[in-house]
Amino acid sequence: MTLDLPLIWAGVIAAAVLLYVLLDGFDLGVGILFPFARSPSDRDAMMNAIAPVWDGNETWLVLGGGGLLAAFPLAYAVLMPALYLPIILMLLALILRGVAFEFRLHGRGRGKQVWTVAFAGGSLTAAFAQGLVLGGFIQGVKVAGGAFAGGPFDWLTPYTVLVACGLTAGYALLGACWLVFKTEDQLHGDARGWAAGAAGAVAAFLAVVSLATLVLHPRVAERWGVVGGAVDWTRFVSLAPVPLLGLAGLAVVTTGLRRRSHGWPFVGAAMVFASGYLGLAVGFTPFVVPYVLTFRQAAAADNALALMLGGAAVLAPAILGYTVWVYWVFRGKVAADAGYH
Amino acid sequence: MDFDALLLSRIQFGFTIAFHILFPSFTIGLASYLAVLEGLWLTTGRAPFRTLYLFWIRIFALSFGMGVVSGVVLSYQIGTNWSAFSAKAGSVVGPLMAFEVLTAFFLEASFLGVMLFGWKRVGRGLHFVATCAVAVGTLMSAFWIVSANSWMQHPVSFTALADGRLVAVDWWKVIFSPSFPSRLAHMVLAAYLTTALVVGAASAWRLLRAPGEAPSRTALKMAVGMFAVVAPLQLVVGDISGDVMGELQPAKLAAVEGFWETRAGQPFHLAAWPDRKLAANRWEISIPKLGSLITKKDPDAVVTGLKAFPPQDRPPSAVVFWAFRIMVGLGVAMIGLGAWGVLLWRRGHERSRPFLHACVAMGPAGFVSVVCGWMVAEVGRQPWVIYGVLRTADAVSPVSAGQVSASLLGFMLVYAAVFGVGALYILRLMAKGPVADGHEPEPDVQRAPGTPLAGIADDPGGEPRP
Repeated sequence: MTLDLPLIWAGVIAAAVLLYVLLDGFDLGVGILFPFARSPSDRDAMMNAIAPVWDGNETWLVLGGGGLLAAFPLAYAVLMPALYLPIILMLLALILRGVAFEFRLHGRGRGKQVWTVAFAGGSLTAAFAQGLVLGGFIQGVKVAGGAFAGGPFDWLTPYTVLVACGLTAGYALLGACWLVFKTEDQLHGDARGWAAGAAGAVAAFLAVVSLATLVLHPRVAERWGVVGGAVDWTRFVSLAPVPLLGLAGLAVVTTGLRRRSHGWPFVGAAMVFASGYLGLAVGFTPFVVPYVLTFRQAAAADNALALMLGGAAVLAPAILGYTVWVYWVFRGKVAADAGYH
Repeated sequence: MDFDALLLSRIQFGFTIAFHILFPSFTIGLASYLAVLEGLWLTTGRAPFRTLYLFWIRIFALSFGMGVVSGVVLSYQIGTNWSAFSAKAGSVVGPLMAFEVLTAFFLEASFLGVMLFGWKRVGRGLHFVATCAVAVGTLMSAFWIVSANSWMQHPVSFTALADGRLVAVDWWKVIFSPSFPSRLAHMVLAAYLTTALVVGAASAWRLLRAPGEAPSRTALKMAVGMFAVVAPLQLVVGDISGDVMGELQPAKLAAVEGFWETRAGQPFHLAAWPDRKLAANRWEISIPKLGSLITKKDPDAVVTGLKAFPPQDRPPSAVVFWAFRIMVGLGVAMIGLGAWGVLLWRRGHERSRPFLHACVAMGPAGFVSVVCGWMVAEVGRQPWVIYGVLRTADAVSPVSAGQVSASLLGFMLVYAAVFGVGALYILRLMAKGPVADGHEPEPDVQRAPGTPLAGIADDPGGEPRP
């Protein structure tokens, strides 16, 4: 039996990116919600809710970059230059928010305020930049001779800005639901309010982005059975579980919030993200650079994929195992009235 | 592809990677040091080890955070700025980098959380395991990245497909390419030395102000022990690494030594001004025949000069020549510092003030040496990014000079702010020094679970918990 290595790696990278979005999504979301906190002690508690795990979460982003280079080098070589400015913007923002975790402990007076702002601004900017990258990916990039052949601002369109706003709202939802899960008392109550607001925004953006995608990107619309205004209902209905998963997710978030559940809203938010992600898969499989390069065309040599598969078969269960263990170690609520040394 | 984007991309990569390497150089050694301290504390129960652990873990947390964020930049920059390289070499270099993420980054990042914030949540033994996992992770990271770099310095066991893409033939040979073992040893020892110099300087600084501070005395002794053993060892390993380099990359060796003509009995230039346009040294201060003796272990050996290579294949010579001399000069100074320290120690004068001042002065020497060493390695292999296979000029992305200018400016501003402030916070902690138990005013608020010292306030003694 021979393994279809490119297919396996397409699945692995896709799973890694989804995990990244869910995990770093909630800690970026907590940063996005920072300005809404009532007090410095609330902000400290919010940060404590993610401080032990953010670094591990962000490692999935490094795996996304490194994995794309290793498994689909031709896609990496096209997408990175095409999305140059939003990626650099994301990196700069991630630097500012990443160091803020430690720097806030050491800043005195105004120093601490500066790093509080850097954390909030960096989280917001990183989320928005990732949205621009996503939008730029969906609308496609210009390729000639296997290399990017477009301009520096091709990624900047009203559509990509819309996607970026949507992703930012989505991260805020994940962050708020994480805080509902991890905090107590008044901060917990505030987080419920933020989650409800974010859920509304996410529902609106999902609807608008979906419509805009169907209107602006006919090849995606075709995949959904929408051609020139006519709808192929059998096709559309067969894909209906994907958007229904998103609607179910929103329902889980709202009923969870209403019934004062601590855990269900986060599960619902994750369902919304899974739905959006599957929606992308419907629109683009098997392309890794939309409608230009398939995962087979972009794949690395088989012996590279085989070597990594051997390694990943051993390492991935270990990584997932100790990641789960770390979350288990830090289970439970964080103190809302925590004071810093 | 215009020349400006190439030059700017080179400046940007050099700038971001030179900044980044400062942090791994320090945290590789510091993670191992913390593992040793925690192990000693658990086995001996002596308070100074505990105090030192709790002190250096805060500095580690700051440095590690800066290392992580400056490292994420590199994993994307290879694509944003060097996409032609990515497309060509992704099937060979990519897996090595992916293994770095899988074996090192996840391990470090996950267990760092437990190491910093897990005091109250895991037992002493498990906490020690977390510290060791982080230390192992930093070493694994060095393993893979030096492996990838060594293959690029001397590519072996690969073939080129019809479309120009490179494919590995024998992975074992790719991972353990000829220069890899000596270069890895050289880098890890450099990291240990860098850390020892910083620990020595911080302890000496404290002892100049508070001569009786027990933890600082312990730390200084440990640092001096490291200088005395590791610095001479590094000279030997560096020499072996240099010999391998001379064999595999003769043009780099010629640039390092300022040799232009190929001849027997090359002199050793103590100082010189190599000039690429003249294809000669403008001036030089030399010792006859010593150059051949050092590079080939034979005073009459023939050593190739730069003129044996076409002008377009010669590396920039002055930078490489001087970076090498600064690195070696500082290395010799480290050996001297170690010898001095051991001598004082045996005579019972380990707190001699001139020696403490010398330790403080040598604090940054490791960082300077590491950056100089990497400049020798990376500038010395120009004009190639994959030696003899892909020129740096052909590796760059199809991006405009305007884009790269903007990103370079962004990196300079953010790095200046972030790393300037980070250095300030670290120096502030060092100036305050390790505070022993009982002398530290206990805050009346409970420590946050999200702080490195969480769970310590209610542990009055220096003894490990049963």
